[in-house]
Amino acid sequence: MGFMNLFKHFLGKDWGVHPADHKRPASDVPTRKLPIPPRLHLMLSQHVGAPSRPIVLVGEKVRKGQLIAAAQGNISAPLHASTSGTISAIGEITAPHASGLPGMAISIDSDGEDAWIETEVITDPFSLSPEDIAKRVAAAGVVGLGGATFPSSVKLNLGRRSKIDTLIMNGSECEPYLSCDDRLMRDRAADIVTGIRLMLISTGAGEAKVGIEDNKPEAIAAMREAAARFDNVTIFPVPARYPMGSDRQLIVELTGREVPSDARAADVGVIVHNVGTAYAVQQAVCLGRPLLSRVMTLNGGVAATPGNYEVPLGTLISDLVAFTGGTTGEVAKLVMGGPMMGTILPHMRVPVIKGTSGILLLDANEAAGGEVEDCIRCGSCVKACPMGLLPLEMSARIRNDEMDAAADLGLADCIACGCCAYVCPSHIPLVQYFYHAKGDLYARERNKLRTEATKKMALQRQERLDREQREKVEAAAKRKAERAAAAAAAAAAEAAKQGESA
Amino acid sequence: MSTSSLTAPPIASPHAHGGNSVTLTMFRVQLALLPATLFGFWLFGWPSVFLFLLTVLSCLGFEALSLKLMGRQRFKGTLFDGSAMLTGWLLAMTLPPWAPWWVAVLGGFIAIVIGKQVFGGVGQNVFNPAMVARVALLISFPVPLTQWVFPLPLTSLAAPDFIDGLRIFLTSLPLPDAMASASLLGFSKTEMSRGIDLLHSLAGAQAPALSWLGTRAGSFGESASLLILGGGLYLLARGVITWHTPLAVLAGLAIPAAIGHAVDPGHYLSVSAHLLSGAAMLGAFFIATDYVTSPNTGAGQIVFGLGVGLLTWVIRTWGAYPEGMAFAVLLMNAMTPVIDRFVKPRILGRDRKGKPLSIPEKKGA
Ligand code: SF4
Ligand code: SF4
Repeated sequence: MGFMNLFKHFLGKDWGVHPADHKRPASDVPTRKLPIPPRLHLMLSQHVGAPSRPIVLVGEKVRKGQLIAAAQGNISAPLHASTSGTISAIGEITAPHASGLPGMAISIDSDGEDAWIETEVITDPFSLSPEDIAKRVAAAGVVGLGGATFPSSVKLNLGRRSKIDTLIMNGSECEPYLSCDDRLMRDRAADIVTGIRLMLISTGAGEAKVGIEDNKPEAIAAMREAAARFDNVTIFPVPARYPMGSDRQLIVELTGREVPSDARAADVGVIVHNVGTAYAVQQAVCLGRPLLSRVMTLNGGVAATPGNYEVPLGTLISDLVAFTGGTTGEVAKLVMGGPMMGTILPHMRVPVIKGTSGILLLDANEAAGGEVEDCIRCGSCVKACPMGLLPLEMSARIRNDEMDAAADLGLADCIACGCCAYVCPSHIPLVQYFYHAKGDLYARERNKLRTEATKKMALQRQERLDREQREKVEAAAKRKAERAAAAAAAAAAEAAKQGESA
Repeated sequence: MSTSSLTAPPIASPHAHGGNSVTLTMFRVQLALLPATLFGFWLFGWPSVFLFLLTVLSCLGFEALSLKLMGRQRFKGTLFDGSAMLTGWLLAMTLPPWAPWWVAVLGGFIAIVIGKQVFGGVGQNVFNPAMVARVALLISFPVPLTQWVFPLPLTSLAAPDFIDGLRIFLTSLPLPDAMASASLLGFSKTEMSRGIDLLHSLAGAQAPALSWLGTRAGSFGESASLLILGGGLYLLARGVITWHTPLAVLAGLAIPAAIGHAVDPGHYLSVSAHLLSGAAMLGAFFIATDYVTSPNTGAGQIVFGLGVGLLTWVIRTWGAYPEGMAFAVLLMNAMTPVIDRFVKPRILGRDRKGKPLSIPEKKGA
C-alpha cells in the first residue's frame, strides 16, 4: 500500500476491493489467432438496443465483411459475416446469458477461404469530417467492447450534440482474470492512439485521457510511447482497484467530476469509451473493416492454455476451448466476462459476441461460494461499496419485501459491481438481492403504468358514456322544448286565429 | 417476479469471493484475546481457569438450547460460528477472576438468552450481550461481582492448587481477607468518599504505575491492558476492525481525563490510570467494536466511540459505580440506530440529503 492509499484508507475513501487479479502469466503471452471454425453463429442481438434485421437468405453465399443484418432503429448496430461461406441457418441458438434462453442468430458454414469483400482504405482519415467518421463507425457495427456493448456511433454523435470537452478512454481493465485490453494496448498501441484521435475529432472533445491501472506497466509504457507525439492524448496510471473501470469512478479519478445520479457522463462534459473500441474504430475508419473479431481472454483454473486470443465473432465457446487444448479438469463454473460482473453460461455451445471480453473456466476452488449465514452487520459491504450505498440495509429491506424502502436507500444507484458480496463474510448474495429488487420494482412500475393506462381508458369511456348520456338528455330536452315551443306557437296561432274570427 | 429468485442458488455475479467468513473473523478476534487470557490465567490461577471455561461453555450451551427451541435450521453452523463463544469469552474477561460458578452460568444465560436470542439471534441484538450480562450481574449481585483478589501468580507458593481452586470456584467461600482487594478505580472511589484525595490515597501500593505491568487487582481481563492493546493492534492490521471506534473511545476517555487531571489532580485520575484500568482497552478494541451493536460507517463509529469514552469517564468520575465502560457501551448501543440513521455515507452523484447533484452549467453552452 502506497502512502496515498494508506491516507485514503484512513479517511475511509478507499472504496472498492482488491481482488487477486490472476492476470499473469496469461497477459504476458502474445495474442494468438484462432483459426476460423467450420460454423459460426452470429447473434442478431449483440449490443444494447434493437437487434439487427437479417438481409440474407439461407443458402446465400457471403464474403468476409459482407453486411448480413442491418441496424434497426436509433440504437442498434449492423452485423457482418465474420468469414466467407454459406448462410446455413437463421434460427435460434442458446444466447450468451445465464438464463440459457435462446436468441436469434445467423449461422454461416465457412468455406475455408476467408475471402474479404472489397474494403475502402482511407489514406488520410484525419481529413474526414466528424459526421463521416461516425458514419463509418456506425456502418462497421462497432459497439463498446468493454462489455457494455452500446453502439459506438451513437455515443460519438452524442458528443457533438452535448458539448464534450474530455474523452475518457478506459484501459483500466479492473476485472480480475481479464487481460485482453492490456494485451491490445501492448501490441497495438499505435492503432489505438489513431482510433482515439479519430474519436476526438468525431466527438469534438479537446483532449483524451487514457486511464490504465498501475498493475499494467507494459501497457502504460507502450501507450505512452504511442501517444508521445500527440499533446491531446495523455496516459494516466490509476490505482489498481476494482471497480476502477466503472464509468462514474473513472470519471472522478481522471477529472474530479462527479456525474449527478440522474444524469449521464455527457452532462458533465465527458464521454467514456473503451480502448478496445478505439482499436475497432481505427480499423473501421482507416481500413473500412467492420467489427468481425475481437481479442478476448481465456483463463481460469482449468483452462489448458490460458491467454489472449483473437476470435472471430460467432465462434462457439466449445470450439475455442477445444482449439486451446480443452480443460485440465472439471469446469465448476463457466463465466463470460470477468468474475465480478460476468455472466454464468449454462454450457459451452454459446457463441462469442462483440462484448465477450473473456471466458473463464473456473475450478471448484475458484467457484466455491460459502454457506449463506445471517448478516452480522460487520459493515464490510458499506466500506467496499464504491457508490456509497448501504448494501446491508438494502438487502434487509428486500428480504422483508419492502422494495420501496430499498429504493429509498438508493437501490437505483447500485451499479451491480459486486464489491459488497465479494467481501461479505456471511456470503450473502447481495447482488442477487439487488437484481431481484430492481426487477420487482421494474415490474411494478410497468404494472402501475398499465393499471394507470387501464384506469385512464376506463375513465375516458365513462366520460364518453356520460357525455353521450348528457347529450341524449340534452337533445331530448331540446326536442321537448322545440315541441313545446312549436305547440305554444301553434296554440298562439290558434288563439290569434280565434281572436280574429271572434 | 417471484421470490424464487431470492431462494434459488445464487447465479448472479460476483463469481469470486474475498475469502472472509464469519468463522474466520471470530477466530481472529479470539486469537487476539489469547495472550491476555493466558496472562490472566497465570496471574489469577486455577479459579480463573474454571471461571473462563464455564462461562464459555454456558454461553455455547444456552445458544444451542435457544437454537433448538426456535427450530433454527442451520444449527451447527450458527452454534459454532464463534459468536456465542466470543460472547462468553468477553464476559469472562470482565468478571472478577475468582467469581463463583453460578456467576458464570447465570451470566451465560443472561448474555445469550436475554441479550441475544430474545432479539432474534445473531445480527439482531441491540445491546452487546456480554455487557448486558455484566451489568445485570453487577446490579443484582454487587458483592460477588466486586470481590477482587490480589494477583497470585500460578508459580507463587500462596496460589491455590487445582483442588483448592475448584473448591473456591464451586463453594463460593468468602475470600480470605488477606487476598481480597479493591481495584484501582474502586479504591480511588472509596478513598475519595472518605475525603482522602487521590494524591495521598494513590501514593502507596495502589500506584497506577502497577497498571503498566498489570500485576494488580481487577477483573480477569483488566490486568493485561497492554496485551489487550497488542491484540487490538493485530485486529487492526488484519482489517477485522478499523481505527475509528477504538481511537474514538480512547480519545473520548483520555481528553476529559487529561483536562480534569490538569485542573485538579487530587480529584481526577490521570489519563494513564483511566486508559489502563477497568475495561478501557478491552472496551475500546473488543467491545465497542462489536459489529452488531455499533454503527456501520466510519463516521458513525467515531461518534459512537467518543460517546462511549466520554460516558465512561463521566460514570467513573461521578457515578455510583467505579466501573463505567459496560454502562457506557450499553447506553451508546441504544444510540446506534439513531447514529446509523443520521450518519450515512454520501451516495456518489447525490448530495448529503440524497438529492441528485445538479448538472453543472456548461461553459460556452
Ligand atoms: S451495493 Fe451495488 S454498487 Fe454497492 S458494492 Fe454492492 S453491487 Fe456495488
Ligand atoms: S458484509 Fe455481509 S455480513 Fe457484513 S454487514 Fe454487509 S451484508 Fe452484513
